[in-house]
Amino acid sequence: MADDLALEVSSLVKTYWPRSDRAIHAVNDLSLTVVAGSVTALLGPNGAGKTTTIEICEGFRRPDAGHVRVLGLDPARDGPALHPRVGVMLQSGGVYPGARAGEMLALLAAHHRDPLDVTALLERVGIAEMAGVPYRRLSGGQQQRLSLAMALVGRPELVFLDEPTAGMDVQARRATWELIEQLRMAGVTVVLTTHAMDEAEQLADHVVIVDHGKVLAAGSPAELTSGGAKGELRFRALAGLDIDRLELALPSGTVAREGPPGRYVIQGKVDPQMLAAVTAWCAGNGVMAEDLQVEQRSLEDVFVELTGSALRA
Amino acid sequence: MTDTEVPTGGRSGKPAKPAAAGPRSAVGTRAPLDLRPSPGAASRWDMLRAQTLIELKLTLRRGESVLLTLVIPVGLLLFFSAVDVLPTDGARSVDFLVPGILALAVMSTAFTGQAIATGFERSYGVLRRFGASPLPRSVLLAGKTLAVVAVEIIQVAVLVAVGFALGWHPHGRPWWVALLLLVATVAFCGLGLLMAGILRAEATLAAANGVYLLLLLVGGVIVPLSELPGWLEAVGRALPTAAASDGLRAVLRDGAGLPVGDLVVLCAWAAGSLALAARTFRWE
Repeated sequence: MADDLALEVSSLVKTYWPRSDRAIHAVNDLSLTVVAGSVTALLGPNGAGKTTTIEICEGFRRPDAGHVRVLGLDPARDGPALHPRVGVMLQSGGVYPGARAGEMLALLAAHHRDPLDVTALLERVGIAEMAGVPYRRLSGGQQQRLSLAMALVGRPELVFLDEPTAGMDVQARRATWELIEQLRMAGVTVVLTTHAMDEAEQLADHVVIVDHGKVLAAGSPAELTSGGAKGELRFRALAGLDIDRLELALPSGTVAREGPPGRYVIQGKVDPQMLAAVTAWCAGNGVMAEDLQVEQRSLEDVFVELTGSALRA
Repeated sequence: MTDTEVPTGGRSGKPAKPAAAGPRSAVGTRAPLDLRPSPGAASRWDMLRAQTLIELKLTLRRGESVLLTLVIPVGLLLFFSAVDVLPTDGARSVDFLVPGILALAVMSTAFTGQAIATGFERSYGVLRRFGASPLPRSVLLAGKTLAVVAVEIIQVAVLVAVGFALGWHPHGRPWWVALLLLVATVAFCGLGLLMAGILRAEATLAAANGVYLLLLLVGGVIVPLSELPGWLEAVGRALPTAAASDGLRAVLRDGAGLPVGDLVVLCAWAAGSLALAARTFRWE
């Protein structure tokens, strides 16, 4: 295994109730790698197998088949060596129901050799004023933020965040994104699950699209959105331009057409060369192109293309 | 959340910023927080101290557990020493009652309280979460045990004080009493963990309270075993509560030596319940 991989999962299989006729193939031959120091998002709808995959990496579940290496170790066998180095944020729970937020974070801090300052961390995740409030009286979003703080307090090298912003208001969500960005800058490897496109697009260096227990696509957000289907360039100008002449000036395989009079659409690989060719042709012909727009695929478009459905959020 | 709008022209004459500027993150960046990795486990002793303290704090904070472990035993002791309804074998009722109530106190903490708390911790995913922390399971269990012992020390101190105030005259060797209390604690802890490890939290809550009430009645705590119908007495004698109350009574009231029979019964319960709990307990 390469030194710079924080996580390596190959051909992972996990089936629930395998011997019943309602067997659920939660993870079905899934492989992925995470480069140390990067932020990786497992993106997929509920029930895609994201949480099962994460929980196997955390050592909570045993795979039926496949191979998992976390920081070069086997999470099922090397728990004692891994636990101090890995931070875990569960999707819910994990806190004594009667414990106060500050108490619980201090307890987790006491499990570690060089923990973060509990007060400063509570402040950072925005629940400093809730330190004395019992866990069960915190709102869902506040419980999430405590859970996030619990994952970070031991100063881990690698954190698994399962749906880190679920149930958070917009502001808390932004603050969490900012914190994850700071983790990346501090050299912490982050693996998170989400079913929010914007979250994956905004945060992740590497996005792994998962559905039905398999990886459908993986790459940086730019790679995922640029490959495959063709892009479009739109602009407005005088009606009746000579479309055929324009097409000749563009890279081969590019198609230009006039939709409603004065509205032009150019389809093809949208790259700097194509953009330059269009604007050069316009300049050469004394045409003022207005409202020039590059229509790029969003991660959502990619997802819909891959799965044939919108996200079951 | 609590971020209210800043009124225009407020605070130090600065122009009011739109809410999107993120007042929370501004607060956040002020705190010095070095997120760079520095992983490592704390020493076992530090973890043990932290676990024992939180378990103890949480137990003493739960109103229902204080009711169960202190108010009910003290109440029973006061009530039945004042009201002469018990057939106490002709002896003074306080001398009969204190040993039984001590057995009840151990049962309430080590079995009932422990089963209910552990059941809910399991259902809230606390035990699962600790499975991903550097905390070893042995230290988690040791912390729970120390917290149970600490609560029992408080219970014994209070009950002994109340007993003395009621004119109690204990006999026998304190070491035998301590030994009986210790083995009873192990047996009840084993039973509590066995129950919490198998049943759902809600079922554990109901069952643990039901068993508490049942053992209070047929465990020789306030009703002498000899007053029960023959078959029920035979059942009662085999139960850990009766062995504890009977053994404690033999030492404290009758000044007997080590009650070997009762100790054997308690040891059998301790070994059996722990062995079974170790096999069946599920952490999630």
